[in-house]
Amino acid sequence: MILDQVIFLVTAVVVLAAAVLVVSVPKMIHAALWLILALAGVAVLFVLLQAGFFAVVQVIVYIGAIAVLVIFAVMLTRKAMVDDGPQLNRYSVMAGAVSLMMFAALSGMLLSWDGANALPANPAVHPDTIVNLGESLTNPQGFLLPFEVASILLLAALVGAIFIGREQRAGREEE
Amino acid sequence: MNFLSDPVTFIGNWLTGLVAGLGMPKETAAAWVTGVAVGILPLLAMLWVLVLIWYERKVIGRLQDRPGPNRVGPFGLIQPVADMLKIFIKEHILPTGVDRLPYNLAPILAVGGVLGMWVVVPFSATVHGVDINVGALYIIAVGAIGTLGIIFAGYSSNNKYALLAAFRVVAQLISYEIPMVLALLVPVLLARSMGMNSIVQAQPVWFIVVAPLAALLFFISSIAEVGRSPFDLAEAESEIVAGFNTEYSGLKFGMFYVGEFLHAFTNSLIFTALFLGGWQGPGAEQFPILGFIYFFLKTVVVHFLGIAIRGSMPRFRIDQVMQLNWKLFTPIALAAFSVAAVVEKLAAGLGDAMRIGIHVLVNLVILVIAVLIGSRVFKARGVRLDALAERNRAAVKFAMEKSHDS
Amino acid sequence: MIPLSWYLILSAALVCIGVFGVISRRNAIAMLLGVELILNAVNINLLAFWRYKDVSSVTGQVFTIMVITAAAAEVAVGLAIFIAVYRNRRSIVAEDVAELKG
Repeated sequence: MILDQVIFLVTAVVVLAAAVLVVSVPKMIHAALWLILALAGVAVLFVLLQAGFFAVVQVIVYIGAIAVLVIFAVMLTRKAMVDDGPQLNRYSVMAGAVSLMMFAALSGMLLSWDGANALPANPAVHPDTIVNLGESLTNPQGFLLPFEVASILLLAALVGAIFIGREQRAGREEE
Repeated sequence: MNFLSDPVTFIGNWLTGLVAGLGMPKETAAAWVTGVAVGILPLLAMLWVLVLIWYERKVIGRLQDRPGPNRVGPFGLIQPVADMLKIFIKEHILPTGVDRLPYNLAPILAVGGVLGMWVVVPFSATVHGVDINVGALYIIAVGAIGTLGIIFAGYSSNNKYALLAAFRVVAQLISYEIPMVLALLVPVLLARSMGMNSIVQAQPVWFIVVAPLAALLFFISSIAEVGRSPFDLAEAESEIVAGFNTEYSGLKFGMFYVGEFLHAFTNSLIFTALFLGGWQGPGAEQFPILGFIYFFLKTVVVHFLGIAIRGSMPRFRIDQVMQLNWKLFTPIALAAFSVAAVVEKLAAGLGDAMRIGIHVLVNLVILVIAVLIGSRVFKARGVRLDALAERNRAAVKFAMEKSHDS
Repeated sequence: MIPLSWYLILSAALVCIGVFGVISRRNAIAMLLGVELILNAVNINLLAFWRYKDVSSVTGQVFTIMVITAAAAEVAVGLAIFIAVYRNRRSIVAEDVAELKG
């Protein structure tokens, strides 16, 4: 019980510290590395929420694919941003104030809600979580349509990314 | 429970009793014992690497018609110890301009990613680290962490050849994850569960018989994932100095070295668990130690196959590696997985033998189609062989005339 | 036990940090990192409510899967666009791509 809380507090501190570093360090590659730490912390939080499948998916998709993609993009655009000019644009102070106000408003609203201090339901998670998830994703009365639409979205993103990112050799010859 | 049927829990309880007898409350004692247990598995894995290094060097040596290390100790058994001592006492050279944090983190991630895989491997019915219900997917996740380590190493070395090598290697690694995951999904489909122990227990008939194509794809993709020959352009020991670990020396390089050998063995472990029935064998349920021995023997056979492939095939170029993955392996993997799903659904009512027979037949059909299409797509380009022979003959004749004149 | 409010406050803080990152960074890739933080905060929120309110339903989980999917698709296309823009005008600063302004 108390171990849960200690793990949560440590992980929350790590995630928030890493997130603050992501948005404030000047070197982009360091920002990408801190993002990886923040994503790993979020995966630990998913495990604490007994959503182990999502922790694993988070590591595979976010850390294993998206973070690697971001690191590649940072390295391919290195010459542009020499990383020692001003990193924050002229809205940064106001943006900081707006974020703080947003945080105050959100937490105030959430804490004043009745169910905020709820404790997790017992018994714990249904043991067949993944089976239920799979069945509902392929059930026409369940979530089949969003599943198929998501796969079309991924196909469109795949084709689009390849097409946009291609070297435009053929295009230049036509001109 | 007694020792024979459930050794890990028995030892755990005995140790907890021992520690609690020293005056600690029960929960703290259990926590200490858990901490010790968490440390033991990686320790054993790292000690096992010494034997693996010896085994690999001897087998590669014999494949290359030489005896392998045989000076240091009988049959060269102390050779890995000598290697490790040498690596421990080497100087850690920190080149100028490296980025300190990723540079130091990279070997840790590379080895940690591999050690994390050992947690879910089911050594026996009751001997395993943790039996999480998403074990198969967890292995892919932890493999992705190893990939991160390589890109950290390449980027932080402040060396454009290391960076280039890291790019190529990471492109290869993330590309080969796709056929590996799809091929991994076929045993998951056949066993109706992602937990490793459930997959092992669902194999009265080994999955390599039911899904040979998926087994072949998983084997080849896992060789590519480790970065061993013929996919070893990561190190390319004769080309780009040493690839992404050029600027590493001493124990940091040792960690990459150890990580690669351990990764190859771990992939054999996982292949055995998924496709060769893991710890199953006569008498394995009553005596877990027998299950462990069967598992170990099967893994050594698979590992030997990997080493034999390493010692006999030439290296692929990066464009060949990419073409092979995207044009051959990924379509085959997609086809194998979808067809396995369809066959499982349609043949659900038939008997076991019929179902397995249909699976095998369908796999063979896909393989034949893939070979036919693949041989069209991957035609060898270049000079025709008879023209080459003609040029050779002319050159030899010219050389002989020149030597007669002079 | 961990009360639900802890998770909610954590995800609110993460959202605000992400919003700050999106608004105030010059580099376009840094904005994308901020968006990733926001999406992760949303995932934490969704799964916390799934766990604490109705563990037997799958709606929260399906929603989370959709968010992860959309995030992956968006990062892929976004980075492709950034690299294409970088190739054309050698700059990755978002303020420089201002032809349609005013």
